[in-house]
Amino acid sequence: MATAISVQDLRKRYGDVHAVDGVSFEVREGEFFGLLGPNGAGKTTTLEMVEGLRRPDEGRAVLLGEPSWPRNPALLRRMGVQLQASAFFEKLTAREQIRTFASLYGIGDERADAMLAEVGLTEKAGTREDKLSGGQAQRLSIACALVHDPELVFLDEPTTGLDPQARRNLWDLLRGINAAGRTVVLTTHYMDEAEVLCDRVAVMDAGRILRIGAPAELAAELEADSLEDVFLQLTGREYRE
Amino acid sequence: MKPFVSLSKAMALGLLRDRASVFFILIFPLMFLALFGALFKDAGVSRATVVQVGAVEVFDDLPAKARAGLDDVLEIEKSGDRAEALEKVRDGDADAAVWEEPGGKVQMRVSAADPVQAGSVGGVLRSVVDQASIAATGQEPAYTLTGGQVEDESLKAIQYFTPGLLGWAVAMGGVFSAALGLVSWRKKRILRRLWLAPVRAGPVISARLGVNMLLAFGQTAIFLLVATIPYYGLKLDGDWWLVIPLVACGSVAFMSMGFAIGAWAKTEDAANGLAQIVVLPMAFLSGSFFPLDEAPPWVRTISEVLPLKHLVQAMQDVLTRGGSWSDALPVMGGLLLTAAVFTALAHRLFRWDAS
Repeated sequence: MATAISVQDLRKRYGDVHAVDGVSFEVREGEFFGLLGPNGAGKTTTLEMVEGLRRPDEGRAVLLGEPSWPRNPALLRRMGVQLQASAFFEKLTAREQIRTFASLYGIGDERADAMLAEVGLTEKAGTREDKLSGGQAQRLSIACALVHDPELVFLDEPTTGLDPQARRNLWDLLRGINAAGRTVVLTTHYMDEAEVLCDRVAVMDAGRILRIGAPAELAAELEADSLEDVFLQLTGREYRE
Repeated sequence: MKPFVSLSKAMALGLLRDRASVFFILIFPLMFLALFGALFKDAGVSRATVVQVGAVEVFDDLPAKARAGLDDVLEIEKSGDRAEALEKVRDGDADAAVWEEPGGKVQMRVSAADPVQAGSVGGVLRSVVDQASIAATGQEPAYTLTGGQVEDESLKAIQYFTPGLLGWAVAMGGVFSAALGLVSWRKKRILRRLWLAPVRAGPVISARLGVNMLLAFGQTAIFLLVATIPYYGLKLDGDWWLVIPLVACGSVAFMSMGFAIGAWAKTEDAANGLAQIVVLPMAFLSGSFFPLDEAPPWVRTISEVLPLKHLVQAMQDVLTRGGSWSDALPVMGGLLLTAAVFTALAHRLFRWDAS
C-alpha cells in the first residue's frame, strides 16, 4: 500500500519548551491512524505541523507526495481538516455553513446538502450554529471537512465533550468515512475510542513518540489488558496540566 | 468569484442577524441625527423681544408688508405699564422697551447686559423711526438700500450634523466591525479554517470590505433620507453624490484601522475598548458633534491629522457648500493613503492564533 503521510523528524520549540521534539511516522493510504497522548504531549502541535498550519522548526511532513509547508492550495483540495474548536461562521445555519465551506472548494449546494444528510443533520439544516448540540456541532464540522470529498482527513479530538450516544454515532460516521477509502488521522485521549477505530496508534508524551503499532500488538507487547493500560504504562500516572 | 460571493453572503447574513450590532451601527448614529437635528433646528435665528408700552405711531401705522418684515427680526409685545416693561428688560426677559412721548419722540430703553442684542435692536428701531420720518416729509428718500441674499455660508444645524454624524457612523461601523470581526474569527479559528481551504486572502478581505461598504452606503442613504425630510430640510444639489465615493474611501480607511486594532487585540473586550478609545475622541476632535471653529489652535492642529476630520469636511463641502471634485479628490486620496498605512500595520501585527 502507498504511503499517504510521511512525517520526518518534526520539531517545534516555543521558547525553551520543546513542544514537539523529533517526531517521525508514516501513515499508509486507507489507514485509520490515531495520535494519542496526555494533555500537553504535543499532539495538537504535531497535527498542526502535519496539516501545514504551522511551520516546523525542523523536519517536514509530506502528504500525498507533497510537502504540507509552505501552503499548497492543490494539496489543500485533497485534504479535509476538522479543527478542535468549532470553526463556524457566526449566526449562520447548518446549511449555510456547509454551503459556504463547499463554495471555497468550488463545490455546489447540492453536494453540500447531501453531505449534511450523510451526517444526519437534514432536520437541523435551518438551525443556527450556536443552537446546535455538541454532537450536532461536531457532526457539522466533520461534514464541513468532508464536503469536498478529500482523500485525507484530519480530526482533532472529535468526540470530546459528547455523551455516549453521540460518541457511538460519531464512531459509526468515522468508520464509514474510513471504509469509503479515505485515510483518517485522529487525535484523542479516549483509549477505548482509539482501540475501536484505529488500525494503528502512536503514543506521544513530552513531544516524542513513545510507541507506534496496532492497539492489540502494543497490548501484547507490554502484557497489558487494554490500550488504556498500555497508555498508562507508557506515560505514567501523574496528573497532567 | 464564487468564494467571494459566498463569503460576502455569509458575512452579510452574520452581520444583519446580529441585532445588537445592527442597532449599534445603523440605528444609534441615526438617533443622534434625529435628536441633534431637532434640538438645534432653530439655533441662531432667535428674534429680539421688544415691549411696546401704549400706542407708538411709527409701529402701529406701518404698512402690512413692512410690519411682516419687522416681525421676522422683532417680536413686539404690548404692555400698558411702563414700569413693568422696564422690569422685563432689566430681568433679561425682553431686549428693549419702547414708548412714545408727545412730539413724536420715541423712547427706547435697553439693557447693558447684552450689548450685541441691544445694538441690533437699537439699529432696527432707529431705521423704522428714520423711515417714518422721511415718509412724514412727503419726499422721496435721497438714498435707498436694496438688499439681496448671498448663498448662505453659515451652516444650518442639519447641514452641519448630517456630514458630521454620518462620518462618525462610517468610522464607527468600519473600525468596530473590522476589529471585532478579526478577533472573533481568530478565536473561533475561522482564520485557520480558511487557511486550510484553497482560497486566497484576496476574496476573503474584499468580501469583508465589500459587505462593510454596502453597510456604509446603507447608512448614507438612510442619513440623507432623514435629513432631507421637510422637517429637517437638508437640500441636496450640485455634486452631493460625491459623498458616495467619499464614504467608500472612508470605509476602507476606518476598516484598516479596525484591522490593525483586531490584529493587536487578543480578546474581543480589548478590541472593543481600543476601538472606543480611537473612535470617540477622533469623532469629537473631527467636529462630528460640534464645530471646531472656536477650538484652541492645538486642538485644530491635532484634528488636521485625523482622517475623520477630512472626511467630514469634504462631505460638508459636497453636501452643503456646493463643493465638487476638487474638494473630494484630495480627501479620497488621503483616506486611501491612511488605509495603506494601517493595512501595513495590521499586517505586521497579524496573528493566526489567539495563543
